[in-house]
Amino acid sequence: MSHSALDSGPAAAGSAPAVDPEPGQPKAATAPPTRKRRRSFLPYGLILPAAILELLIHIGPMLLGIWIAFISLNQLNLTNWLNAPFVGLQNFVNGLNPESTIGQAFFSTVGRTLVYTILVVGFSWVLGMAGAVFLSSNFKGRALLRTFFLVPYALPAYVGTIAWAFMFNQRDGAVNQILVDTFHLFGDERPFWLLGENSFGAMIVVNVWQLWPFAFLMLMAALQNVPTDVYEAAAIDGASLWQQFRTITLPMVRPANGVLLMVMSLWTFNQFNIPFVLFGASSPKEATLISPLIYQNSFGSWNFGLGGAMSVLLLIALFIASVFYIRMVLPKGADND
Amino acid sequence: MKNPLKVLSAFAATAAMALSLSACGGGSSQASSDTITYWASDQGNSLDDTAAKLKPSLDRFTEKTGVKVQLEVISWTDLYNRILTAVTSGDGPDVLNIGNTWAVTLQETGAFEPVEGELLEAVGGKDRFLKTSWSTGGAEGKTPTSVPLYGLAYNMYYNTKMFKEAGIEKAPTTWDEFVADAKKLTKDTNGDGKPDQWGFTAAGASVSANSHQAFVRGLQNGGTLFDAEGKPTFDSDPQVEGVKQFVDLMATHKVMSPSDAELSQGSQKVDNVINGKAAMMFDQSPLKNFAARDFKDWGVAPIPMMTAGATGDAGTQSHVAGINLSVFKNSDNKANAIKLAAFLTSDEEQIALNKAYSSLPVVTTASSDAAFQTEEVKAKNDALANHSLPMPLIAKEGQMETLTGTAIKNLFAKAATGTVSEDDIRAALKDANNQMAAAQ
Repeated sequence: MSHSALDSGPAAAGSAPAVDPEPGQPKAATAPPTRKRRRSFLPYGLILPAAILELLIHIGPMLLGIWIAFISLNQLNLTNWLNAPFVGLQNFVNGLNPESTIGQAFFSTVGRTLVYTILVVGFSWVLGMAGAVFLSSNFKGRALLRTFFLVPYALPAYVGTIAWAFMFNQRDGAVNQILVDTFHLFGDERPFWLLGENSFGAMIVVNVWQLWPFAFLMLMAALQNVPTDVYEAAAIDGASLWQQFRTITLPMVRPANGVLLMVMSLWTFNQFNIPFVLFGASSPKEATLISPLIYQNSFGSWNFGLGGAMSVLLLIALFIASVFYIRMVLPKGADND
Repeated sequence: MKNPLKVLSAFAATAAMALSLSACGGGSSQASSDTITYWASDQGNSLDDTAAKLKPSLDRFTEKTGVKVQLEVISWTDLYNRILTAVTSGDGPDVLNIGNTWAVTLQETGAFEPVEGELLEAVGGKDRFLKTSWSTGGAEGKTPTSVPLYGLAYNMYYNTKMFKEAGIEKAPTTWDEFVADAKKLTKDTNGDGKPDQWGFTAAGASVSANSHQAFVRGLQNGGTLFDAEGKPTFDSDPQVEGVKQFVDLMATHKVMSPSDAELSQGSQKVDNVINGKAAMMFDQSPLKNFAARDFKDWGVAPIPMMTAGATGDAGTQSHVAGINLSVFKNSDNKANAIKLAAFLTSDEEQIALNKAYSSLPVVTTASSDAAFQTEEVKAKNDALANHSLPMPLIAKEGQMETLTGTAIKNLFAKAATGTVSEDDIRAALKDANNQMAAAQ
């Protein structure tokens, strides 16, 4: 606009017909780069806020956590933590020494957490899949059931877990009221659900209850993308329901499954809220998971170096597992798309 | 024109984020010079109750000095972590309450003002205070970093109605008498073949309460949690014996309900005594709960000892329990913070506050007030002054409490779900001992 204003005048007006094609040409040559530059900056501009926050909220503290794993940080130097003595790999040696009580606790806890993750993710997936397949056919009251199934996922995690803690209480809890008082199971002895060996099972029940609606939601969304005519064709060819499920449903939802299982495994492996609310700061031996163990070491005994070292080991293990899993599953998923 | 707009909006969003973040960083609430911040521990029936009982004192303080107090009452479950965060960031209140067993651990952080010079003078010197309570202010031989505020000690409280029904006329004084009485009080009242009234109750899942018993029972049996060189001796024979006596109440004598293994709050066991589900308990300050429930059928007696009239370590009935007060070293308002410390430990406020919270005055001159001449207070006073020792005054006291208390918590859990042998107890304490040694 300013260009035409400057050029206004008899001379410019006179030469106009001769110049006219000229500006068109450079326009064609220079305009795309300008647009390109703008376009190339735009994505960065848009992710900048997220990137800054990610750096401040996740990456920064994570790097700090890694640093803490290499220093001796306890109550003596907490106020002046920047000058805490560097101890190299000592925290890792303490945490990993299978001869020591701490090392033994670490390894048995990692093993227990793996079993826990497999069981919780397994049960949640099976329930989620069953619910999704069940609700993919049309029947009366389907919408109501869908909403009903999502309730545990919609409740605040703490509220749900506190309610479970009340229900599992040995003396007055609803679980024993029903099982022992109403149905007279366990020879009328009221079992403890939050102590001893049962505590592991109780924790799995609460976690599956909380997690399965997520699997259900994701799988239901994935199932809606499977065209019905494929099932019809299979049915005409005489495929049983189980065959249809195995050869059509499962392969078709595979991409969604890949992401779903990974996310659920990571969440479950890092589970902290459920044991913390059910058992308090120290879980029963039979139900100690890795995140509460790190918490106990860091905040129960003020040994932040050891807690940091365990966190770093956990981070590395989960990182390797995730990378391996993504490489193994997701490209295939993309092809299937 | 679309693209520049998008770019502009992205910039605007970034700028807004950055601004809000810098606002977060710079906007910490520093109290102005005529206002100080005070974190109080929960001494009442609830956070609100504690605040309401503290308010008249703080109003008098403002009236006297012109300094306003911004009060925050913090629950016991949060207080330690809140202090930890304040210590790490250096951004805390001006004055705060701490559990006195944390005093040495927190002293080591260097975050609190040493009680010397101006602060010591303001609280009137150490001779004003009860000797046992003053000894909890910090490690031996070091300048303390906290002053006593409220005094507490363990006593045995019992349901007098249940005692009468069982024909028990006098509270037991020795451990053997205590176990025998507890057995008499454990009954099947509804005829289903299982006891539903118990002789004794405790919060078996309370880590700190368990660790107090490990300390007291160990001393009564001639043990200590640490030897003279400071090495942990959790699994020494007398310590194992002491812990066994406590765990056996559920495991062997069956005078304690297995359900107690799940109790983590002290108030839950107080409920058991009020409701008549259990007859005896060891507690520091249940009177506020008794009053709130209008429960009058209670009696008080000293914690039983191995032999009647035992003195010295064997005569220990309690740790020196209580709440201390510290001034934060980073306080911008230290002069006024010191004024508050002096005010809360003055004779008048000691009487008013300890009366309100059913605790003991920590200054000797206040103890003679008429409010503290009841049988209950006298028993508590005797325990605190003559039968209590401070929990080990070491930097890792917190860890010691966690390890011994958790070991006992797990033993109760085992007793509730199966059997506990002496070997189990020794193994659990050895495990805790190894962890303590590794951390030192």
